[in-house]
Parts: sequence; structure tokens; C-alpha cells
Amino acid sequence: MSSGDTLVEVKDLKVEFDVREGIIKAVDGLSLTVKRGRTLGVIGESGCGKSMTARAILNMVPKPGKITGGEILYYRQVGGNGKPLITDVINITKLDPDGELIRQIRGGEIGMIFQEPMSSLTPVYTAGTHINEAVTLHRLIPIRKVGDQLVETIQAHRKVSKQEAREIAIEMLRKVGIPKPEQRVDAYPHQLSGGQRQRVMIAVALSCEPKMLIADEPTTALDVSIEAQILDLMRELQETVDMAIMFITHNLGVIAEMAEEIVVMYMGKQVEQASAVELFYEPQHPYTRALLQSIPHVGKKSRQRLASIAGMVPDPFHLPPGCVFHPRCSSFMPGKCDVIVPGWKQIGPNHWVRCLLYEEV
Amino acid sequence: MVAEPSPQDNILLDVRGLKKYFPIQRGLLRRTVGYVKAVDDVTFFVREGETLGLVGESGCGKTTAGRTIIRLYEPTAGSALFKTRLLSPDGSPQMVDLLKADKQQLKLLRQEIAMIFQDPINSLNPRMSVSDIIAEPLVIHGRGKGPEVEEIIVNLLERVGLRPEHMRRYPHEFSGGQRQRIGIARALALNPRLVICDEPVSALDVSIQAQTLNLLQDLQADFNLSYIFVAHDLSVVQHVSDRVAVMYVGKIVEMADAEELYINPLHPYTEALMSAVPKPDPLYKSERIVMQGDVADPSNPPPGCYFHPRCRYAVDICSKQTPEFRELRPDHFVACHRAEELQLRGV
Repeated sequence: MSSGDTLVEVKDLKVEFDVREGIIKAVDGLSLTVKRGRTLGVIGESGCGKSMTARAILNMVPKPGKITGGEILYYRQVGGNGKPLITDVINITKLDPDGELIRQIRGGEIGMIFQEPMSSLTPVYTAGTHINEAVTLHRLIPIRKVGDQLVETIQAHRKVSKQEAREIAIEMLRKVGIPKPEQRVDAYPHQLSGGQRQRVMIAVALSCEPKMLIADEPTTALDVSIEAQILDLMRELQETVDMAIMFITHNLGVIAEMAEEIVVMYMGKQVEQASAVELFYEPQHPYTRALLQSIPHVGKKSRQRLASIAGMVPDPFHLPPGCVFHPRCSSFMPGKCDVIVPGWKQIGPNHWVRCLLYEEV
Repeated sequence: MVAEPSPQDNILLDVRGLKKYFPIQRGLLRRTVGYVKAVDDVTFFVREGETLGLVGESGCGKTTAGRTIIRLYEPTAGSALFKTRLLSPDGSPQMVDLLKADKQQLKLLRQEIAMIFQDPINSLNPRMSVSDIIAEPLVIHGRGKGPEVEEIIVNLLERVGLRPEHMRRYPHEFSGGQRQRIGIARALALNPRLVICDEPVSALDVSIQAQTLNLLQDLQADFNLSYIFVAHDLSVVQHVSDRVAVMYVGKIVEMADAEELYINPLHPYTEALMSAVPKPDPLYKSERIVMQGDVADPSNPPPGCYFHPRCRYAVDICSKQTPEFRELRPDHFVACHRAEELQLRGV
């Protein structure tokens, strides 16, 4: 991999929440690389830190959370159009979260789509931040026309007149498959169906031609037929605009379809990383294996029981010692796994795992 | 027209022509200007000890169908015959219509039909302790008191994989998967014979989903339970169901043995729905049938077959006549004009 392919590099990222009961390590020493034009998948169960990683990349970890360690390097290419391409390296964690530069990157160069655009309002934000954020961060404001919201985003990041922005908005709505975009541009969010709202969100996210799209559970709230439409649309658009995607989900079917490379997370740590094919066909970490066995496969009928992972996700204030997965692990080695913290070990050309089975201890 | 179950089948529940219309009221006088046909002439049956999966997209009426059978909603039309021994003086089994049962009968019958809800947070009263939650149905139906009830609760908790000391705690002290287990224990308190599971695992994480599905399967074997399993996740439904009914805009479009339905679908909607499920296999070449447009509006459905505007096989007749729900192969029912001639693809 030449460094020219790298778009975003996360190194040893730590995100912590300092709450009354103690400190939650939401992300604990995560490292990953997003390459230009490629799709990186992140899977894990709720609370594993996958969404926090996404927010950290945009330097918008909600309070009382804080990025407490590591760096996020954004390889920003400037120039082009005859001028030589220069790559600026920006450390996103060092930027002022309300500064000019991060606001250009957020929404303009790195776009984001959330799970359900209308219901993803977070109680920890004030109304003011909500509206500010919506303009740069693609939330639909219920009381305003979708077209106006699109136009505003386009104008915030591209030097165009209002009329031109409106035309781009209509074109974007057409691209994402909204019927009669000339009329729909004046619709309010509640007049659209869930699938259409998600399409509008994709239109908003893509209207600035970002270099990278962070999609956090973008289809989880949608029906399968609409989900299929949205996934197809994202892939189509990715081909035409050469955009990297970081696809976050808990759905193994969706990730198999979308991602080229997959990171598996558990309790704030990445436990395995490999190409999609290798991860699904030769999973190495006991957690990945158990996860893959615990889902029913459509088409393969068996009245057998599903292999389930024993126990449940540990309390984040009382993490088990050693490997955090050991109390639920089928390959638990007493005296080792509950004592030694496993390291991040490369076991193949493109395969990493965090497990003592692959370490000599 | 109706799915005629043969007499040797052990039919526990036989639903025919079930309709539930919700009125749309407008204006100062709340005049009814139309109806949302949430469940529109639905016919199916459940055999003893089996699981019938009910799948469909959001708003297709699968939840409403489940709730109307147990009379959480008053039905608009139809019948739902339920086999019970509770109402006959000599304890012999007879078929009783749940939809016509009076209040007293219904109270008796509801001991035999239980429900498990999707959202384990909102379906448990946060001010009640676990033991109060599970004891409530026992108290309402006058089954024992004091130590007797406590013994039943302890047994139930152990059966669903919780510990007896959990009974003094409150719902917020539990994780999502554990709350769902409390809901399951409550449902089983009265030894029901039919359990309506409404999206019981869709709010749970993957690893917890598997535990809960396994638990439901074990309980079914132990207590000879019948399930109506309402869900939108086709792979989960296939895994747990003996037979599956597919709903679209208030109607069942296809019903068959689970394996048969997934391998040899007869309705274009079933085919498209199954092709849309993302397969957990990165090498799988997806040949997805993308359904155009959105699900039809149940207050103003299109004429003829409700699916025809999105159907890639639609011909003239599809927009004019409502297709009949008929048994095309043994135990395989379908409502499509072209079911005989189409060669559809399964998974």
C-alpha cells in the first residue's frame, strides 16, 4: 500500500467518558486505515464503540466523552486542475471542534449518514447545536423543506449561487432515486417515507462530493426491500464518484455485501481485522467465529440450535481482567486469558487478531 | 377461497377471513372519511406444537393480525376458532371462536394464549419488581397465593435462564436480553398453549438473539407450545418456523412449509423479498430483484392485486382482479394470478 492510497489513518485512538460512576473506555486503542475509494466495514454489538469511532473521526464526540489519546490523520489532497497534487496531513484530534477547518472537512470532505434521520436526535445536544449540526452534519430538520436543507449544505461547502445550489439539489435527489425531484425538493421531511428520508440524507451527504462517507447503521431502521435499494444506490454512487466508505453495522449480511475489509470490535477494542472473504471464511478470533455461527442463514434450513455466545456483554465499569472477552469465550485458557492482555498480532498478509491463541505466552 | 385444513391435522387455531379496519376520522365531528385496512381478509391456521412465522415489511399488518386474534383490537370481521378444553363442562376439546367470545369466556381463554412483545423495555412496568410482573397473570386468574406463587416464579425464572434472586429486582437493572427473558417468563406463567411472539428478538444484539431463539425453541419442546412468530427478519423466521405466511398490505400472499417457501416461492413478492435479504457471505453473487417504489398505502390500496405496481411479472388482469388465495400444491397457498405459470427463484 503506498501512502497515496491512505485517506484516513486512525492510530491508537482512545475515547473515554468520564461519568459519575467512573470512566468508560468507549474506544480503547483502536488503529485502522481507510483507503481512497474503498469500503471499510466495522461490525460489533451495541456499545462496542463503533459509532464513537465514527464520531471521533469527525471530531464530534458528545460530552462528557473526550478523545484522550492517539491521533486521527486525514490525508487531504489539495491542488489538481493543472496544479500539482499536494497531500496535507491533518491531525483531526488536534483541531478545535468548532473551528473553521474541521467544519470544512465535516460534511464537505467527510460526509456522514445516521441510522434514522428524523429520530436520531440526541438528548445531550441543545436545540441550537442540533440545527447547526444539521446543516453541516446532515440531519433533517422536521420543520424545513428538504430542498432548502440540501441547498444550505451545498452552499456551505461549494461556491455556488442559491439557484445553482437548488439545481444541484434537484439533480442529487434524482440521482438517489426520489421520484419527481422538482416537486419533492419542496417537501417537508414528514411528507416522505422512511426510505425516501434516508435517500434524502444520502443526497445531502453526497451533495458536496465528499472523499469519504461514514455510514453508521444507514439501513437498520428500514425494511429489506428499501434496504436493498439503499445499498445498491450507495455502491453505484461510490463507483461514479470514487469515494471511500466506512460502513458501520451490526448486520453481518449487510457488511458481507458492502465491505472489502472488515474490523470486528468488542468492548472498545478491535479484536480482528481481515478482508471480507477471509473474515467470513477463515475467522480466527473466537468472538468473530461465535458471531458468525450465531446468525441463522436464509436458505440453509436446519432445526438445529444456533450456536450462541454465553453470557452477556460485561459492565463497562467492571471490565474483566486480561482479555475482555474471556468470560464468554469457548477457547478460554485459565491462567492466561484472565491475566494477560492480548496484543494486536498480524497472522497473515492482511489479517490481524487480538487473541492469546495466536501469541506465544 | 378458504384454506381448508384436513380434519386429521391437529388444528389449534383456525383463522378465517380476519379483517381489522381502522377508521380515519377527520374534522370537528370526527367523521369517518376512510379506513386503513390493516388486516384485510386473512386466512391461516396453526397446528398444535408448531411455529407459524408471519413475515412482511413494516405496516403490512402482521402485528395487528396477532393482536386482533387475542382481542387487543376488536376485529372488523372474520372468525378465529381456537381449540380449548376450558369452556366445555366435561373438559372435552372444542373449537371456540375467539372473536365472538364474551368477556368471561375471553378471560378464561386468555390463560391459554400469551404474548411476547418486541420492546422488552416498554412492555415491562418499571415500577414493578420482577416477581410482581410474573405474578400478575397468576393473581388475575387466581392461581395460588403466597408461597405457591413464589414457587412458580422461581421455577419460571430458572426455566428462562435467570436466577431466583432476580425476583426482587426491577426491570431497569437488567440488560435487554434478560428483560426479554422476564417477558417470556411472564408469558409462560399460566401454561399457555399458544404464544404470539411479536418481533421477540429484533431489539436484541446478535449474540443475545441466538440465546433467545434457542430458549424459545427449548420451551416449545418442553411445554408443547404453538407459536405465531411475527417478525420482519426472514432468516430468523425461517430458522424458527415450521410454516411461514408472507403478508403484504394487510393480506397473506403466500403460506407454505418454511423450507418449501424459501426454495420454491410461488408469489413474486416472496421471491423479491427473499432476494433482498443480504446474505452473510462476501462471495455470494447477489442477483437481487429490486422492487420499485414504496409499499402501497393500506388506506388507499391499488386495484386488483395490491402488489401489481411493484411486480415485475404484472399483466393486465393483475390490476383488475383480486387474486384468490388458493392451495396450489399440498399445504402451499398463494394469491397470485400467474402462480401456475411463473418459474420463481428461491434461495
